[in-house]
Amino acid sequence: MVTRSPASDARLGAEAVRRALTAKRADTRGLVFRLALLTCLLVSLLVLVVLLADTVLGSLSVWRTRGLADFVRSPLSADPAVAGIWQAFYGSAILMAFVVALAVPLGVATAIYLEEYASDSRLAQVINANIRNLAGVPSIVYGLLGLALFVKALGSVTGPEVFGRSLISGGLTLAPLALPVIVIAAAEALRAVPDSIREAAVGVGATPWQTIRHHVLPVAAPGILTGIILSVGRAFGEAAPLLLVGGITTFFQQAAGSGFLEVLQGRFSALPVLVFSWSRLPQEEFRALTAALIVVMLVLLLAINGTAIYLRQRYEKEL
Amino acid sequence: MSLRGLEGDRRRQRREIGWRLLFTSAAGGTILVSAAIVVSLAGEAWTFLANVDLSALWDIGWFPRRGMYDIKTLVVGTLLVAGIAMIIAAPLGLGAAVYLSEYADRRLRKTLKPILEILAGIPSVVLGYFALTFITPDLLKPIFGNEVAAFNMLAAGIGVGILTIPLVASISEDALRAVPTSLREASFGLGASKLTTTVRVVIPAAVSGIVASLIVGLSRAIGETMVVAIAAGATGGSLFSWNVLQPGQTMTAAMAALAIGSDRVRGDDYAFQSLFFLGLLLFVATLTLNVISERLVRRFRQRY
Repeated sequence: MVTRSPASDARLGAEAVRRALTAKRADTRGLVFRLALLTCLLVSLLVLVVLLADTVLGSLSVWRTRGLADFVRSPLSADPAVAGIWQAFYGSAILMAFVVALAVPLGVATAIYLEEYASDSRLAQVINANIRNLAGVPSIVYGLLGLALFVKALGSVTGPEVFGRSLISGGLTLAPLALPVIVIAAAEALRAVPDSIREAAVGVGATPWQTIRHHVLPVAAPGILTGIILSVGRAFGEAAPLLLVGGITTFFQQAAGSGFLEVLQGRFSALPVLVFSWSRLPQEEFRALTAALIVVMLVLLLAINGTAIYLRQRYEKEL
Repeated sequence: MSLRGLEGDRRRQRREIGWRLLFTSAAGGTILVSAAIVVSLAGEAWTFLANVDLSALWDIGWFPRRGMYDIKTLVVGTLLVAGIAMIIAAPLGLGAAVYLSEYADRRLRKTLKPILEILAGIPSVVLGYFALTFITPDLLKPIFGNEVAAFNMLAAGIGVGILTIPLVASISEDALRAVPTSLREASFGLGASKLTTTVRVVIPAAVSGIVASLIVGLSRAIGETMVVAIAAGATGGSLFSWNVLQPGQTMTAAMAALAIGSDRVRGDDYAFQSLFFLGLLLFVATLTLNVISERLVRRFRQRY
C-alpha cells in the first residue's frame, strides 16, 4: 500500500517530468527526412555500382576470347574480331607526357609565385582570378584554342603531313587544360606549409629562393605531387578537345619504322576518343570491345588516383 | 655593419632576381593562355558574323555545311539537357551534402564521401557510353516504350546530371560546414528538433553557397560535351525540337560533331568559323555563371 506524502508526491512528479523528457517520442518527420537524405547519397552509390558492374560484365567476353595482352597490343581496326587499342594507348601515354612536361613546370612555378613571392600584390590577384576562370572554361573551348593555334596557325610545324592534326597539337592542347588544376592544387599544398618553417629559414639568413628550395618545397612536395597526379588523371579522360584537334576516331596506320619525331607529327588517337567512336559504331561486337576499353581506362585511372591517395595518406601521417 | 651588408654579395642578389623573374614570368604566362583563348575565339567568331547573313541564325535547324546556322536549335537543346541534368543533380547533390555535413558522423562520412570522389573521377565518355547502353535501353525504354529514340536528350541529360552530382555536393557541403556550430546549438537550445534546425537554420545560413554550387553545376552541365555527343546523337539531332525523347543537339555536341564530320574542316563555307562562334557563346555563358557563383561563395566566406 502506498502512503501519500508531500515527499512522495514530489518524487512522482519528478519522475513524470523525467519520463516526458527522455521517453522515445516518434519523430517520424525527422526520420523520413534523414532517410531521404541518405537515399540521395545511396543513389549515387547505386549508379556507380551499376555503371561498374554493367561495364565489367559487358567486357567479360573480350577477356575470355582475346585476353588483355592481345586487346591492348593489337592495332586499331574496323574489324571487331581483331580490333585492339594500341595506337590509342600509346597516344594517351604520350599526351600525358606532354601534360607533365609542359603544364607541371609552368603550373608549379605559377603557384610558387602566387604563394611565396606575391601573395597580395595586384598582379597576383589578377593571376589568381585568371586561374580560377580558366579552371571553369569548358574543355571543348581548349580544343578550339588548339584548333586555331596549333592546327591552323602552326600546322606546318606541328604536323606538316597531316594538316597539323598531330600528336603534338593534341599534347599542346591538353597541357593548358591541366594547367589551372595544377596551379590550384600546388598553391594549396604550399599554403599548407606552416609559416614557422619559412621564418626559421629566413631567420638563419636564407634568401627567398633558398627558403623555397630547401625548406618549403620539400615539405610541400607530396601535396604538390598528389595534385599533379590527380590533374593528369583528369586530362587522361578528356576526349572533347582532342576531337577538335583531330584525334582519330576510326583507324589509321602509323608509318612503319618511322622515327619519334614522325610519330609526334603524325596522326593520333587516344583512349577516351576511342570510347567515343566505338560506342557509336552499329556492330554489336563493338559493344563488348567498348566495355573492355572502358575497363582498361578505369583501371589505369584507378592506378593513377590510387597513387595520389597513397601519397596523400602518407603525407598526412607525417605532418 | 650596414643594412646593405646583410643583403649578401652581388652574385647572390642577381641569382635571387633571376629566380623571381622566372616565377613571375611563369605566372604571367598563364594570362597568355586566357588571352590566346579570347583572341582565337573572338577573331574567328567575328569573321563568322561579318560574312554570314544574320537571318541564317534563325532557321529550321543547325546545318552549318548548308549555311543554316539556327542558333535556337542549339540553345534550346543545351537548356533542355542542362535542365534535366540539374533536375537530377540538384536534389541528389544537395541531399548528399546535407546528409554528409549534418547527419553523418565522422566515420560514416569517411566511408561515404569517397563514393562522390570516385564518381567525380569517372571520365565523361564513360558516362556517355553508360547513358547510351544502359540508361536508354534499360531505364527509359521500359517507362516510355517506343517513343524513346536510341539517341535521346533525356538519357544524355541524366548522364550529365550524374556527372554534376559530385560537384554540387562538394561545394554545398563546404558551405554547410562553414555554418558555425553556435547557430545549431542556439537552435537546439530553443528546443528545435534536428529537422527544424537543419531546414530552418543551417540551410538558410548556407544559402549563398548552395546557390553557388547549383550555378557551378549548371555551368558544368552546359559545357559538358561527350555525354551528349555519344548519347544524344551528335549527327542526328540538328532539326529544331522540344522533344527530349528524340535526338538533340547542344552547343558543345554540335562542335564535336562538326569537328569530326569531315577532314575538311577548313571548307569554303563558314562551318569552321561557326565552331568559334559557338565557342564564344559557350565561353561567355560559362564565364558569367562562374563569376556569379564566385561572388556568392565569397559572400558566405566573409560572413562567418
